Amino acid sequence: MTHHVLHMPCTEADIRKLRVGDTVTLQDTLFGIRDATQIHMFDHGRRTRFDLKGHAVIHTAPNVRKVDKRGTNDSGYEAICVGTTTSDRMERFTRPLMEREGVRIVIGKGGLREESQRAFQELGGCYLAVIGGAAALETTWIEAIEDVDLDDLNPESLWRFRIRDFGPLIVAMDSHGGSLYAEVQQKVQDRRAAALAKLGVG
Amino acid sequence: MTVMTKPEVLHVAPDAIEEAAKLLYIRALKILPDDIKAGFTRLDASETDGTAKAILATMIENIGVAERTDNLLCQDTGIPIFNVEIGRNVEVDGWALKQAIRRGTERATKEHPLRSSVVHPITRKNEHTSCGAHVPVINIDFVEADRVLKLEMIPKGSGSENGSFLQMLIPADGLAGVKRFVVDAAMKAGGKVCPPVIMGVGVGGTSDLCMHLAKVAATRPLGSRCADAEGAALEEALSDAVNSLGIGPQGLGGDSTAFAVHVEVAATHITMNPVAVNIQCHSARRASATFTPDGVAIGF
Repeated sequence: MTHHVLHMPCTEADIRKLRVGDTVTLQDTLFGIRDATQIHMFDHGRRTRFDLKGHAVIHTAPNVRKVDKRGTNDSGYEAICVGTTTSDRMERFTRPLMEREGVRIVIGKGGLREESQRAFQELGGCYLAVIGGAAALETTWIEAIEDVDLDDLNPESLWRFRIRDFGPLIVAMDSHGGSLYAEVQQKVQDRRAAALAKLGVG
Repeated sequence: MTVMTKPEVLHVAPDAIEEAAKLLYIRALKILPDDIKAGFTRLDASETDGTAKAILATMIENIGVAERTDNLLCQDTGIPIFNVEIGRNVEVDGWALKQAIRRGTERATKEHPLRSSVVHPITRKNEHTSCGAHVPVINIDFVEADRVLKLEMIPKGSGSENGSFLQMLIPADGLAGVKRFVVDAAMKAGGKVCPPVIMGVGVGGTSDLCMHLAKVAATRPLGSRCADAEGAALEEALSDAVNSLGIGPQGLGGDSTAFAVHVEVAATHITMNPVAVNIQCHSARRASATFTPDGVAIGF
């Protein structure tokens, strides 16, 4: 198990070095994305002006406060609380995020499924687990909300965060077909019969 | 606060309810109840998996960061639920009480501000008030206690709410069917519901009552027991079984899948055997205000 520091954006070679169980700290830039954002981007054909190539996206919809813009690289929003939502609902958007937008890293909680795992393997991507529900802590890793797109979907806008020491995150699905979730699910399935026997159920 | 008392009757004014509703929504999002903190301490002491222990440590750290920085524990402001318990000899305008809860919720959302997580189910339009048709959810019940009105606020997170299950089992499925359903629900929910969780199980009633029982069970304080002896026995057995599955914190493996499994029961029909599961995530947030002739006490 190795710890990696990645400055965003990153390359396929950077991603291929990561293995499940490793930990990662991200630096510089992170994009926030959610259900409505991706439904509009991929089902309704909307495009973002952001270049997501080689970047990381996190499944989030933050609590924000409107403030006066302070020069460039300021969205006019201040972060109050930035956390992570359950990734599973956004399973079908992993491949288009990677193929159309060039995204390399998806960050979320609870994991993604087999189709995402295949996309990570074929296209060179990975899933990093952040601890869900630990949003107060996560917010301390966010320096600023630099920009926002598709803001009519607020709070499910496409957010560009400036980050510092974002992590440690757990490499939960890698580009080599590994998935901690699939491993755990197999173990859980294997234990089902014993759990039911404990309850006196055959 | 404008709680006026006469010797024999407790009057609760709508303005006091509105202030309390606003305060409770924000407080619930920031300060985890003591019983949940104790639950974390218990799981941390017994967890044997290294990754799981590290994840629990991060969750515990987050509770402290939220309190020190006066921030929300979790970004999900949830669907606001208010449970109102009205004792005997309480005088309150029920219609005004419901409007006051709504105003307090809207004010918390705008004045803090909080993310409004509530949308119209068909248009998906967000009014940025945390309110909408039938939301906040308001449950009103009447209790025996004298001159007491308790307002409980629960911001119910969606990740765990999406882990809700109902099955209209039949008598021939027996209690075995109920147990199997709960174990399978835990497996389907996996890491998606932000474990460690409180798993709420409703047994009996009608379909809607069964689901409501599951919610009551999921949002009960840790350490509380089902009032029905058979239900209480089921709680322990199901807790052991669910925690033997190895789902673990965040679904990444370990012993700490559930703080507890809570069960609530209701009588049902001779042809029916309904079972429901509702899940509360580890950010098991609650806050309450208790109005008595002595004033208002804020707690969990």
